[in-house]
Amino acid sequence: MEFKSVKEIVDFCQELFDDIGFARAREWKAAQPGRKVIGYMPVYVPREIIHAAGMLPLGILGGGADMEVIHGDAYYQSYICRIPRSTIEMAVTGKLDFVDGMVFPSICDVIRNLSGIWMLLFKDRYVRYFDAPQNFKDDIGGVFYSNELREFREGLEKLAGREITDENLRNSIAVFNENRRWVNKVYDFRAAFPWKAPSAEVYLLMRAGMVLPVEEHTRLMQAYLSAAEAGKRRMRDNCRVVLTGVFCEQPPLNLIRSLEISGCYIVDDDFMLVNRWLLGDVPADGDPIGNLSRAFLHHSAQTAAKYEPDMAEKGRYLLDAIRARSADGVIFAAPSFCDPALLDQPMMISRLEALKIPYITMQYAENSGQMQPIREQSGTFADSIKLWSAS
Amino acid sequence: MSNGVVKSTSQIVQKEMIGRNYDRITGGDAKVSSTFVPGNLNELLMCFDIANNLPEINAIQNAMRKKSGDMIMEAERAGHSEDVCTYVKADIGMMAKGNIAPNGKPFPDPDILLLSYTGCFTFMKWFELLREQYKCPTVMLHVPYAADGKPTRNMRDYIVRQLKDEVIPALEKVSGIRFDIDRLREYLRKSAIAEDDMVWMLESTKHRPSPIDCYFGGVYYMGPIFTAFRGTDEAIEYYRLLRLEIQDRIDKGLCAQTPEGDMPEERYRLVVEGPPNWTSFRDFWHMFHEAGAVVVASSYTKVGGIYDYEGFRHDPDHPLETLADYCLGVYTNRNLPTRVDMLVRNISEYDADGLLINSIKSCNSFSAGQLVMLREIEKLTGKPGAFIETDLVDPRYFSAANVKNRLESYFQMIDQKRRAGGSAAIVA
Ligand code: SF4
Ligand code: SF4
Repeated sequence: MEFKSVKEIVDFCQELFDDIGFARAREWKAAQPGRKVIGYMPVYVPREIIHAAGMLPLGILGGGADMEVIHGDAYYQSYICRIPRSTIEMAVTGKLDFVDGMVFPSICDVIRNLSGIWMLLFKDRYVRYFDAPQNFKDDIGGVFYSNELREFREGLEKLAGREITDENLRNSIAVFNENRRWVNKVYDFRAAFPWKAPSAEVYLLMRAGMVLPVEEHTRLMQAYLSAAEAGKRRMRDNCRVVLTGVFCEQPPLNLIRSLEISGCYIVDDDFMLVNRWLLGDVPADGDPIGNLSRAFLHHSAQTAAKYEPDMAEKGRYLLDAIRARSADGVIFAAPSFCDPALLDQPMMISRLEALKIPYITMQYAENSGQMQPIREQSGTFADSIKLWSAS
Repeated sequence: MSNGVVKSTSQIVQKEMIGRNYDRITGGDAKVSSTFVPGNLNELLMCFDIANNLPEINAIQNAMRKKSGDMIMEAERAGHSEDVCTYVKADIGMMAKGNIAPNGKPFPDPDILLLSYTGCFTFMKWFELLREQYKCPTVMLHVPYAADGKPTRNMRDYIVRQLKDEVIPALEKVSGIRFDIDRLREYLRKSAIAEDDMVWMLESTKHRPSPIDCYFGGVYYMGPIFTAFRGTDEAIEYYRLLRLEIQDRIDKGLCAQTPEGDMPEERYRLVVEGPPNWTSFRDFWHMFHEAGAVVVASSYTKVGGIYDYEGFRHDPDHPLETLADYCLGVYTNRNLPTRVDMLVRNISEYDADGLLINSIKSCNSFSAGQLVMLREIEKLTGKPGAFIETDLVDPRYFSAANVKNRLESYFQMIDQKRRAGGSAAIVA
């Protein structure tokens, strides 16, 4: 893969994004006998362990805006968000038939119960509900989590038919450290020059990381950054916003575009937290399981799926992002019927109100079609921010 | 009999017990904790003389008194989404409306929020929200999900460790009372005695006709063990009394008792999955009474602990471990295949005509996956199933006409099936 221009890179990412049959991952699997693919859902799984088993971690983020859901509605009531129904649709229509196992992280009861649906419907597949601690002390939650990681490792060893050595794990930790550094560089670059790295592009670039081997994704980000840095693009008079609440069911790409077109540069977001969940490098020497565990306990993102033991710290992650990215305001976008995002929202809002930080709220589904109201709402928001900062 | 409602002695006793608990909570003498029904550590709270206030029970009480609708609207006006669990909004709305307990006295602010995160993600957000309001100590007990059907050693050890290092020290601090493990053992011993009689009650519905209803009636019968009475002499006495009462009904060959009196005839025996609707509880029950339908087993009577599946009883010889096992075992903490197995066994062991799912708009923990469960259970039992949709405490989501229509069609389907064999489903 040799990319020259931003357009080439973005076209490539768009192609991956549009391909809900996962041709690329299928090719990867077919390239060598015995290769295995492990699907995972939001919000966080330690992909390092899957990688160390020689398997491809494949992010499954629902069917997107264009996939027609025909069977999925027979699996889910109308008052449940859309991502599980479109994921089931993908599974029952054969789009995930090459996926050897699925991992369902502890994010909410919907994804949790989807793990059980998988067990009932696909009895021959590897299924793991991946639990993470809500107690963040090394000798309590840390012990539990390290054992969960070991169980996960053993399950994958069985599936792979080989041992996952500590050395394998340390190598994978280093590979993901490298990837995370580049993810952060892209985010930093976008925050510094949002007109040079429009959010829809950055989004597609990060989505590519859900389906590509991690090393390839790192190279893609490197290529994107050098092309984007060199690019000449017009700076618009947009305000700067943090977009939050989008950590599971993804908004349609059009919604992301609409926000920017209407005057809001997205300077931070929580779209795919899995690639930024751990906040720094994980030590690539010593005990890899202990290192992954400590990284989770002490250096991981704060989000609705995690308990915040200290009330004073609640919302800190969002406030820090606002400050670090010099954001003017916040857009809370939540999937309809999403308990974690919607229940967290009032608490986040109270933090913003105390600091007089402007915000708006909106709801979406992955297949929301009507963008006009969104554009009007975010356009008015952008205008009011500009007026407010001018006064 | 009052307001045309027929009540048995045990029901009157149960009502008095719940009333007494509210008097204790609002009396001002005891420290008060708020905690949830699933994973409710009543025996442990008793070791610290802490009164146990359960917000779900408050929401239910308010719904049955037709007050929850306004409370929910109040919470929505304050910025809470229409799409989230209505128990949470009923609770938050109740605070906004003065936080008045069912006995007419104001609830005190809790001294501690015991966030027993068992079987439901929303619990965590709910108490984070309450913590904002009360700014009181909040202690988390994270109970991992029994995703592979069986709790693991790691899960159990994790819970025990949290109990020892987090929960007990927090309760000691709030109450000023030192933890005495022998006191806990004594309460657990009492729990197990009451649990034996309680399981006898659950299994009494194997009789034909069933002497009780194990869904609508069941919620009353489960009240003491699911709330503030597990581990008390009162609970032992209540379940002993209930057992005598039910035995008497069996001896007399009576059909299930309902608020309108004994059902004259038992025509349908059902297993029900999902919580009831509380805002139209009587109307809902009436539809069953009218049709001669009795619920012989329900998953809702397992929501605060499962005692009739693997024979679990609180074990005084392993006090903290048994609390861990109890928390891990509650119904919504079980994976879907286990829930399916439980219901399939109920259908066959209680000789039921089929499964009715009351799917709750509010509750992802119960509802996500129920359509798959329905199909799986139909396949495994060959018995017809039906699916209705309501809400817990939001009156906007109970459509009596729809529910009634569906139930009637379901009963007709059972009749047909009896005549002809085969299976079919009614899905909303
Ligand atoms: S969108 Fe929200 S409710 Fe739905 S699966 Fe994701 S986290 Fe759960
Ligand atoms: S989501 Fe369900 S289990 Fe959880 S608090 Fe609400 S009603 Fe209870």
